Amino acid sequence: MLISCPLCGPRDATEFRYVDERRQRPDPEQASPQQWRDYLYVRANPSGPARELWLHRSGCRQYLFVDRHTLTNEVQTAALARTEGTR
Amino acid sequence: MATASHQRQRSRRRPGARFSAFGLLRQGLTRADWPRVWRHRDLAGSYDAVIVGGGVHGLATAYYLAKNHGMHNIAVLEKSYLGSGGSGRNTAIIRSNYLTPEGVRFYDRSVRLYEELACDLNFNVMFSQRGHLTLAHNDSSLRTMRWRAEVNSLEGVDSRVIDATEVARLVPQLDMSEHAHHPILGGLYHPPGGIIRHDAVVWGYARAADALGVHLHQGTELTGIDVVDGAVRGVQTNRGTISTPVVVNCTAGWASVIADMAGVGLPITTFPLQAAVTEPVRPFLDTVVVSGSLHVYVSQTARGELVFGAAVDPFPSYSMRGSLQFTESVAGHVLELMPALSQLRMLRQWAGLCDMTPDFSPVMGITPVDGFYVDVGWGTYGFKAAPVAGETMAELIATGKTPDMIAGFDLARFADGRLVGERGAAAVGH
Ligand SMILES: Cc1cc2nc3c(=O)[nH]c(=O)nc-3n(C[C@H](O)[C@H](O)[C@H](O)COP(=O)(O)OP(=O)(O)OC[C@H]3O[C@@H](n4cnc5c(N)ncnc54)[C@H](O)[C@@H]3O)c2cc1C
Ligand SMILES: [Zn+2]
Repeated sequence: MLISCPLCGPRDATEFRYVDERRQRPDPEQASPQQWRDYLYVRANPSGPARELWLHRSGCRQYLFVDRHTLTNEVQTAALARTEGTR
Repeated sequence: MATASHQRQRSRRRPGARFSAFGLLRQGLTRADWPRVWRHRDLAGSYDAVIVGGGVHGLATAYYLAKNHGMHNIAVLEKSYLGSGGSGRNTAIIRSNYLTPEGVRFYDRSVRLYEELACDLNFNVMFSQRGHLTLAHNDSSLRTMRWRAEVNSLEGVDSRVIDATEVARLVPQLDMSEHAHHPILGGLYHPPGGIIRHDAVVWGYARAADALGVHLHQGTELTGIDVVDGAVRGVQTNRGTISTPVVVNCTAGWASVIADMAGVGLPITTFPLQAAVTEPVRPFLDTVVVSGSLHVYVSQTARGELVFGAAVDPFPSYSMRGSLQFTESVAGHVLELMPALSQLRMLRQWAGLCDMTPDFSPVMGITPVDGFYVDVGWGTYGFKAAPVAGETMAELIATGKTPDMIAGFDLARFADGRLVGERGAAAVGH
């Protein structure tokens, strides 16, 4: 499995660390304990297209937004998380 | 074309007929075909309960529903063939030396049911209680092992910490030198632990459930769940719709996909777990050997193959492809433990899907949708739990009351912040 890092080019997946699904963090001012715990524990865990956060650990050490198909492990896109902002 | 006498023999030995030594001899002498182990059924329009997933958990739940509670109008739906999921891909290690008292009691009940299972199902499941040994490579793991051994003994489970000399006596092939990268200081020894013939457990439960009237539908994929006013009304499948008030999710790695159909969110992420076997050699390894620090475990099957297992893959996936990284790392680590195996050849490797939860404990019981039950979150350790999980889930479904033994494994614990923390099941522990 290859991930095309925008800074380093195509690299083997072993260079990266999977961090989590890409999700919106609830607003600390508004969120109920229930919403926080959902955010902490519940996952979409899709079988198919997934939007994820990865770290290029043995490369540029940047966080990346990665779009990947979880049945085939095919990576569609990888973009720098910091330029895209938190979405 | 079958001859008349052939047909007579077939019909005489119907599915569910008892196996016996005499039957084996007669079958061997007449060389007739063995009867099918379970029947092919037409999909009925309605069932009292529909169990999704034809692995060991779904089949055990169906069996105990029929046997202990007299519910016979039930179906098990399996999208592929029975045992095609984790139940046919695991390394079949059974043990009960967990860390929390709740965990120990739960898995101890399972081991006891496994001890009686061959008799109960009239099917040889080849449960071999050859002992389970977890190695300690540093002081902190020895400390945790003493803790585990104390909890185990209090619950009446045979489990004790042994020193390096006893480890060497149990498994002479281990590299016990002080210069090893991960020297062996001792271990947690659990004599009733062992391995089982996992396919036989699946087939045995399937055959016994079929004999009690349960419909087993292979090649039948659940595609939707009808929920009306917060309650289950029926399901859709690739073979048609079924009306039912009860749906039980026993799909392990696919648990989130099924729960999604009912609109229920789960604290589960699906990771592949890989294993490998070598060519068969003469029996030399009695004990199941586990090393948490080296992320490997080794056992020898009745056929003589060495079975290697490891930790889950580093990222979630529904793909069941093996990887070269796994083969390389497992071989390297096994050789660190037992250098003498360097001449052995690996025969094959494979992967299965594991439904991992944040607290290494299952998610069992009711959900916010009435009639939608879950028996999931079995991660890398669920085969050993199948009998007790089936027994308790059946009790819940039939009586509407959650048995004490599984009360702490409820889905609501995540919203309430009552996680279990069963580190005794962690990563390569099995
Ligand atoms: C390599 C490996 C080693 C392991 N080693 C051990 C071990 O040593 N000891 C231990 O206790 N556990 C072990 N495990 C874990 C154990 O295998 C599982 O926890 C257990 O088998 C789960 O059983 P199950 O019946 O819940 O799920 P499964 O056996 O996975 O069955 C789920 C079934 O659901 C079916 N399904 C999915 N979606 C649908 C649908 N839409 N419609 C119909 N059917 C569907 C699948 O086809 C599958 O057959 C291991 C797992 C792996 C992968
Ligand atoms: Zn990079």
